Amino acid sequence: MSTIFQRKNVIIAVILFAIAFPYLTDNTYYIHIMSLAFIWTIAVYGLNLLAGYTGYLSLAHAGFFAIGAYSIGLLTVKAGLNYWLAFILAILITSFLGLLIGLISLRTKEHFFAIYTLCVGYVIYLVIDKWDSLTGGVRGLIGIPAPANIGPISFQTPVSLYYLILFFMLLAVLVAYRIVNSLTGRTYIAIRNSEELALTMGIDTGKNKLVVFVISTAFAGVAGALYASFIRFIGPEVAYTTVVFDLLTFLLVGGIGTLTGPIVGTLLIVWISQQLQFLQDYRMLIFGPVLTLLVIFYPRGLVGGFYAWKMKREHKRAMKANSAKSSDSAIGAKDQVKEG
Amino acid sequence: MEILLQQLFNGLTIGSVYALVALGLTLVYGILHIPNFAHGALYMMGGYITLTMMTSYGFHYWLAILVSMLVVGLLGVLMERFIFYPLREAPPIHDKIAAIGILLFLEAFAQFVWGADYQMMTSPYSQVINVLGLTFTLQRILIIVAAIVIMILLYVFLKKTFTGSTIIAMSQDREGANLVGINTHKVAMLTFMISGALAAVAASLAAPINLVFPGMGHLVILKAFVIIILGGMGSIPGAILGGYILGFSESLGATYISNDYKDIIAFVLLIVILSVKPTGLFAKGGH
Repeated sequence: MSTIFQRKNVIIAVILFAIAFPYLTDNTYYIHIMSLAFIWTIAVYGLNLLAGYTGYLSLAHAGFFAIGAYSIGLLTVKAGLNYWLAFILAILITSFLGLLIGLISLRTKEHFFAIYTLCVGYVIYLVIDKWDSLTGGVRGLIGIPAPANIGPISFQTPVSLYYLILFFMLLAVLVAYRIVNSLTGRTYIAIRNSEELALTMGIDTGKNKLVVFVISTAFAGVAGALYASFIRFIGPEVAYTTVVFDLLTFLLVGGIGTLTGPIVGTLLIVWISQQLQFLQDYRMLIFGPVLTLLVIFYPRGLVGGFYAWKMKREHKRAMKANSAKSSDSAIGAKDQVKEG
Repeated sequence: MEILLQQLFNGLTIGSVYALVALGLTLVYGILHIPNFAHGALYMMGGYITLTMMTSYGFHYWLAILVSMLVVGLLGVLMERFIFYPLREAPPIHDKIAAIGILLFLEAFAQFVWGADYQMMTSPYSQVINVLGLTFTLQRILIIVAAIVIMILLYVFLKKTFTGSTIIAMSQDREGANLVGINTHKVAMLTFMISGALAAVAASLAAPINLVFPGMGHLVILKAFVIIILGGMGSIPGAILGGYILGFSESLGATYISNDYKDIIAFVLLIVILSVKPTGLFAKGGH
């Protein structure tokens, strides 16, 4: 019971820290970086549900991120829609395209799925890049509005925008938590561990995979829409494969298939990247090998490694306690014999 | 008519390069069932090493290619030993991610060492030839001929030599090959060596008509994946045929459909194929 309280306390402390963060620092740049990290976190949670829990490595997620971003950009800038209506439509558009692509791509498995989604991602990038009349091509889309006011609450200042993004990030974590700790989450893990076995047990793998794919793209869509209205400018490079590789790095470092992994990995890597700004394009000289080494030695990332270490320690402690108890009882038995 | 012939010739040139890259990829897939996402990075390294050998050390074009083949081949062997070998029992998602890690590293490395600029490689075969009203550069003819020679050599090696047949044996049945006394570790290393060398030679041949830059492997590797899915993962004739099919459809598509969207052709082709047959055309049983 005490561990549950501890975990609850940790979570509350982390949330309180996140809420207090803008008051702890005067530097708006830090708030900017933190907001950006939260946006990536949302996308990484989406990827985690699919790649981490269901075992399908989708390399098209930068594409869905870009679809979310461009949808809201085009709907507000070119169609002049109300911001929040455009926001909801952007998520719906992303999910709908996710549904269509999921229907086809989920017929493939393992390597084929990875290659297929990699190509889908590339097609999305090329379409955005070349469809000049709609997306503005390489020039990108400028002048995307910040989120509109909800009643009296305005999102024009960086701090208020930070809270909006934090809200969506917490919502994403909550949704992911609820999914993973439900029967549906167990179903996904069953599919990851053995699709044939899951099928034999009567799980409709096709439907479940499609649902998780659509949820996962919706996460990417939310992140993309937030990104567009946060940065206020988007170019085709948000759809490029390097973005999906970034997401994958965040996920892997934090811990694929763990609930806290995405946020730990994203925050860590985003902050380290900020510290290593002088490296810029060369940061992959470090993160590339880190990615490979992690997969070999710590396939479940920092969080997975931490849990493994904790379990080992508890196991050792339990073993020690057990042996102490048994030797105690042995001594007790001897004493009894003597007394007898 | 002339345009058509010219485009067919261009298709043959691009197709030869694609076929060489796809051959390396399919050999590795046949042996280890790994889709080596880092293969494009090997291709890029091949281009840069040949360029460096020529500009910094003044090597002749062919000698530079030879050095590049050796170096990139060794790079392939190192990858197999240090990354794919320890991951042989891991879930399939792991070696894909590991390969992506290598890809990111090698690209950043190339940018670090050689810079992000686009570089020209001058080949000694830049003369222009006029035949029947068509203009060719000698380099393009060289690409076609060299690719065919390499394919024949590879075929003879795989079919007629003992070492070559161990590769075939292992791609047919890994455990069976092990049982009859084939050292599967050595075969795996050899395959990566050949695969890397093929990528290097393809890049070095194509570099004089394209350019050398850190991202030069991106599109090529994606297209090579399309090709091996088209031709059947692990199938050698499939990779060659698929390479030429893609080369032709791209050069014709660029002329008759749209030059802007010519890169999409390959991916649309793949999406159509996998939509109809999720395991690829000519998929082998079992995998």
